[in-house]
Amino acid sequence: MSSSAAAVSPGLVLARDVSKTFGSRKALDGVSISVASGEMVALIGPSGSGKSTLLRSITGLQSIDAGAGTIQVFGETVQKDGRVTGSVRKARGKLGMIFQQFNLVGRLSLFSNVMLGALGRLPAWKGLLGAWPQADKDKAMAALHRVGVSDYAAQRANTLSGGQQQRGAIARAIVQGAKAILADEPVASLDPVSARKVMELLVELNRRDGMGVIVTLHQVDYAIRYCDRVIALQGGKIVYDGPSTALDQQRLIEIYGPEFEDAFWETKA
Amino acid sequence: MTAVASPAVSIPVAPKKSTLAWVADILVWGGVAAVLLYSIDAVDLGNLPRLFAGNDSTLLFVHDLLRPDFSDWKMFVAKMWETVQIALWGTFLAVLLGIPLGLAAARNIAPVWVVTPVRWVMNLLRSVPDLVIGLLFVTAVGLGPLAGVLAITLNTAGVLAKLFSEAVESIDKGPVEGVRATGAGKLHEIVWGVLPQVAPLWTSFALYRFESNSRSATVLGLIGAGGIGQVLFDSMNAFDFRAVSAIVIVVVVAVTLIDTLSQVMRRRLL
Repeated sequence: MSSSAAAVSPGLVLARDVSKTFGSRKALDGVSISVASGEMVALIGPSGSGKSTLLRSITGLQSIDAGAGTIQVFGETVQKDGRVTGSVRKARGKLGMIFQQFNLVGRLSLFSNVMLGALGRLPAWKGLLGAWPQADKDKAMAALHRVGVSDYAAQRANTLSGGQQQRGAIARAIVQGAKAILADEPVASLDPVSARKVMELLVELNRRDGMGVIVTLHQVDYAIRYCDRVIALQGGKIVYDGPSTALDQQRLIEIYGPEFEDAFWETKA
Repeated sequence: MTAVASPAVSIPVAPKKSTLAWVADILVWGGVAAVLLYSIDAVDLGNLPRLFAGNDSTLLFVHDLLRPDFSDWKMFVAKMWETVQIALWGTFLAVLLGIPLGLAAARNIAPVWVVTPVRWVMNLLRSVPDLVIGLLFVTAVGLGPLAGVLAITLNTAGVLAKLFSEAVESIDKGPVEGVRATGAGKLHEIVWGVLPQVAPLWTSFALYRFESNSRSATVLGLIGAGGIGQVLFDSMNAFDFRAVSAIVIVVVVAVTLIDTLSQVMRRRLL
């Protein structure tokens, strides 16, 4: 959309008419989005609006309802007819996933966790034995250094603070050689200082490395400050899709209701 | 419910056991008592006074037991060591079998059509006592330690597989999803996402089974499956109660030592 590269290479995500039902609740209701490869997009909306569900559907961690819905990632179809397709692993290799609870393996060292990013592209047996090639080890240390936690490489992940773990998770995405990052509430469990650091890292990966970023956020001020484009969900439907600069008070009231100011963390609108 | 018009807040009545619950209690406990009374004859409870009658054979027995004969202690210790070795190998082979079975029986890892038959096999292995399996193996591979090792392996594999699978089912799925999201395969998810989470618990279970297997390996000797139990059985048949006493002391000391060691190791793991 905003990137001219979208015309030649397939976009980061092309989702058409995606629905997902949990029991009797529709988490996603006919959602269609298109994100170009170098974009930085925020997914916002009240709790239970379907933003995490959308992100988890894109990376195939969860299947969508059977029907017309399809999801493509970099031109590969990952979801069709309510099933995750066989090419999902290839697509996942191109997507670095960041989770609210970091999802590092607690008893492994931070370094080992970052090395796991290489699993998708190494021969299977090397990955099983942990026989990492020297080039990949160097890549992992470089990534840890870049995000600023290389001092803790030998420590067990569960001994580190939330901010350190989340930066480790970003380093894992870098080692993965991901072309884009999907971040599911990456700052919701962090203190404001760590949260800003993590958001700045995501912006840097977007600007300097040209990685696409789709990030779900509780905090509207973060979405406006760090992302050019905002997609807002409400009750599983898209209610806004456009530049973050056009998100005025009227729009926010439509999305969050009269208590929209609760959706700000640090600054008011 | 009496003071309807009273302005004071009525205090709720304490919960009362219903008549139905009373009847159920009486039926259950009364039933247990009835079965106990009915079974007195079947278990020869009437012969209990003989234990204290002070006849000659009991006296002789107790007299010998109080004077343990350690003259063969080298052989006792060697045989005890053999029993521990039986337990060690039995547990080791059981762990090797229990890992794939335990993973295949975990609902969050394996599909239902794998979990159900695997659990069926596990239940079968667990429900046949190792003494019975041991008797079968003594006929198959002959008298000696190997029969004991194989008996312990099968029974323990069933137990460990169940404990292992329960540990797997209680893991945090977040780290597994984290590994999956990198584009890793199913085996990678297990090796890097599941195993690090269950490793301390699995090791603790294996050590605990080694403890109890050192005890059951002693008993297995009674059916000819090698180790100290066989010597115990022979001495018993020869009415050599002074040797029996010495052997029991060796067993108690060895088992206590293993228990303590393994407990210390398990505490450090968790």
